[in-house]
Amino acid sequence: MKEFAYQRVVDIHDALIAADGGARYLGGGTNLVDLMKDGVEAPTHLVDVRFLPLDGIRETADGRLVIGATTTNSDLAAHPDVRRRYPALSQAVLAGASGQLRNMATVGGNLLQRTRCGYFATQVCNKRVPGTGCPAIAGEHHNHAILGWTSSCVATHPSDMAVALLAFDAVVHYETLDGPGEIPLAEFYLPVGDTPHEESALPPGALITAISLSGSFPRSRYRKVRERASYAFATVSIAVGIDDGGSARIALGGVASQPWRARTAEAVLLDNPGDFRAAADAELSAAEPLPGNGYKVTLARNLIVSVLSEVCA
Amino acid sequence: MNAVGVARPRIEGSAKVTGAARYAADVPIEGLAFGAVVLSTVSRGRIRDIDISAVQDMPGVLGVIDHRNAPRLNPKAGGFFGPDGQLQLLQDEVIPFAGRPVALVVAETLEQAQAAAEALLVTYDEEPHDTEFSADHPAGRPAITLFDGPVDVGDVEAELAASAVIVEERYRTPEEHHSAMEPHSATAWWEGDRLEAIDSNQGPFTIAAALATLFSLPLDRVHIRTEHVGGGFGSKGLCGPQLILATMGALRFQRPVRVTLARSQVFLSTAMRPATDQLIRIGADADGKLRAIWHEPAFEISPLAEYIEGCTELTKTLYAAPAIRTGLTAVPLDILPPYSMRGPGAAPGSFALECAMDELAERLGMDPLELRLRNEPSVGPVSGLPFSSRNLVACLREGARRFGWDTRDHRPRLRREGPLLVGTGLAATSFSVGAFPSSASITAEPDGTFTVAIGATDLGTGARTALTAVAADALMVDTERIRLQISDSALGPAWSAGGSRGTTSWAWAIIEAGTKMREQGGSGTVTVDTTQLLGDLASMERHAFSAVFAEVTVDPATGEVRVRRLLGMYAIGRVVNPLMARSQVIGGLIGGLSMALHEEGIRDRVSGRHVNADFAGYHIAAHADVPDIEADFVSDYEPGIPMGVKGAGEIGNVGTAAAIANAVWHATGTRQRSLPIRLDRVLEE
Repeated sequence: MKEFAYQRVVDIHDALIAADGGARYLGGGTNLVDLMKDGVEAPTHLVDVRFLPLDGIRETADGRLVIGATTTNSDLAAHPDVRRRYPALSQAVLAGASGQLRNMATVGGNLLQRTRCGYFATQVCNKRVPGTGCPAIAGEHHNHAILGWTSSCVATHPSDMAVALLAFDAVVHYETLDGPGEIPLAEFYLPVGDTPHEESALPPGALITAISLSGSFPRSRYRKVRERASYAFATVSIAVGIDDGGSARIALGGVASQPWRARTAEAVLLDNPGDFRAAADAELSAAEPLPGNGYKVTLARNLIVSVLSEVCA
Repeated sequence: MNAVGVARPRIEGSAKVTGAARYAADVPIEGLAFGAVVLSTVSRGRIRDIDISAVQDMPGVLGVIDHRNAPRLNPKAGGFFGPDGQLQLLQDEVIPFAGRPVALVVAETLEQAQAAAEALLVTYDEEPHDTEFSADHPAGRPAITLFDGPVDVGDVEAELAASAVIVEERYRTPEEHHSAMEPHSATAWWEGDRLEAIDSNQGPFTIAAALATLFSLPLDRVHIRTEHVGGGFGSKGLCGPQLILATMGALRFQRPVRVTLARSQVFLSTAMRPATDQLIRIGADADGKLRAIWHEPAFEISPLAEYIEGCTELTKTLYAAPAIRTGLTAVPLDILPPYSMRGPGAAPGSFALECAMDELAERLGMDPLELRLRNEPSVGPVSGLPFSSRNLVACLREGARRFGWDTRDHRPRLRREGPLLVGTGLAATSFSVGAFPSSASITAEPDGTFTVAIGATDLGTGARTALTAVAADALMVDTERIRLQISDSALGPAWSAGGSRGTTSWAWAIIEAGTKMREQGGSGTVTVDTTQLLGDLASMERHAFSAVFAEVTVDPATGEVRVRRLLGMYAIGRVVNPLMARSQVIGGLIGGLSMALHEEGIRDRVSGRHVNADFAGYHIAAHADVPDIEADFVSDYEPGIPMGVKGAGEIGNVGTAAAIANAVWHATGTRQRSLPIRLDRVLEE
């Protein structure tokens, strides 16, 4: 039996000390524990962060909405301020997993969940052991990336929540032994390059403490297309929000190693506000589908057009 | 005081919803050790070495069994289809498919066994494998003819040439997995010179017989019990790897050994439905009268074991045509041996036949319902034998009435609701009916109750409840006076829960025993065996029938297909328990929906391995996919079987995929001839 230490902390400094000694943070455990069972992850020390004072959602004096890192997905989706200011975020969270999982899963952990690529879960690959190749490219890649991937890895990021957060320019706040820091979500995930095992820009040992959002997007929508009506990861998903100036913010899920901000499409819409098709085509001109997932280009294009039409109507 | 025909809740319902019901892996046993199975990761080749040095000193490890030290097994052992090479576990270094067990690691705890199994180093000499199925594969050869053999009546070529309209299309279904909730589990131990086992299976007697042959033991020294079984769907009809390996563990370590397969191991090492590729040609006159049906399915098998995916049973049953030709081709590949799954043969076969009939109706400009009514046969279309009872027309007409079929505009792509296209479709089905020899005994107890013993299994379908009612009526007493004993090989020969023949086979034996008990005045013990009675059954066409109706919505911009309504009308003989029979056919309809839209075993093109061997990757319908379902029964009676029972097990799965595919065509105007109807196959530019 693979033994590991489990530590419960109530003080952030204790958590950071543990991580400095090699511990992994445990939130709801809905992804990490599965990966431990499958042998993908083998931490020797878990530090449970759910009892840290990082729970809850509050508005700051300057009008930002701050979401504590250990807030559960269920609480995030149900929060009145989230539903009022960022309906697409609530919709995205509710489109993910199941009720039971959302009751356990935390916001911080959601950002850091690993790909659901079947090869990653069952055999070695570049994301697990650098230099061992990407079997999905020549193999089964029906639900893999069409944007931003490299010959090192064609896996997608599974989060729904992060797609909506990216459209709203969320900022990730963290704590380290050297003090606090923050990273815009747009810079939080690293490009695949030839290092698909390095997924986030968090400093080593950093603990996500909160996510903050500015502005307000009552006109926003999250649409998730998947192979069955619930309990499946996105084939392609989209978050669209209209900001105070009337400009569209667009992010896609299921198409890349990270939530994909469609800045090219947004730029086209600044010049041609009603030309959704041109915006979609411009964004997807960079798509590089594999033989088995070309349909995602069509699907993403259709989603950009239909959800923009809906939100802008 | 008729108990049969009355809707009664299942006897064990309370135990199941409170968690009190025990399944095979739940039974506490003193001194239990745990076995963890190691599966081959290559699709074809030989084991070069199994290095146990890193494992044997791990905490709690008792030892490793592999081909170098496993007991020798009898190669004659098998099942319904004859000797079965899949049972020959750990006998040599040959790897016939990815997922073949190569070792069993036994330890004091489950966790220790699993950790050691993961640490076991197995190396292989790989050989080129072939897992690419196609109908024209050069290795293809005629399937064995134990059932659903080839037929050729009339002059198919001449009738097709004389037809005003011909449909000639190919339909494909993928590898599918049974996906029972309860993973396969067995615990084996010795009591003196008798092998005892608790196993999750569909028929303890047939499994005990196979296991006894396999280990060269007399049958009376092998005793197998089942507990509650959490679904089988065909995959637990075999002497499973869990039982064979647990028995090896008990032999080697002389203590109870439990082997429970992990979910991925259930996918990789138990059974699956084979992929099919079916060429079908149907010719008809302009008025819709069929002239010819020519149905040639190919399916994949493993060289380890024969199997028949009997896709053409419906083709020989449903419609009158002067010429009918069928022939099954089996293609041996380096794959997990297929075995019966949820409406075996009929489920994929009806997808081809009933979609082709819908295409014929389209080309004729005819109501698909009318086309079927117009080709209703008076006798078996191939055999010429009379039907024992045939109520397909009643199913079609009553189903159509409830569904509102008569208002359907048969042209496609006319109904829209916002961005959605809406369509409806139907399929007619049949499933053969029969019984297999079984024995039962009844003992009159001093307290006025009767102990009714039969080697049946309840997979969750409600067999306990159904057989209690049958026994009560056979003895003409209240159900409270019946003490039913099932789930035990020592209760004598009995057919398994499978092939829609569990209830008919078991009820027959119980009814005979009950009659004898009454004849001898309700005291003492009677034991009967139905072998002779079954042999006396007149040769007739005996089938259950149904009609399935589906309504779907399709979003052409995303390819999402959602089933909005399903309606099934069934003619399954006398319904023993309407409440449970309805549950069973609704389960079948959901299985069919899953087959239509979701289920697909996917292989890596390079390694030949399954890449979605878990419930995250292998999708079955979730609650949100399941619409309002209506299922009901038309009046029906099987005259050849006591109490008029036909069986409800398999037919619920049959026809649903075709009805949904036909509804998708009606919604979109595009035919879907490959399952599952994935969104990328429906998505429009």
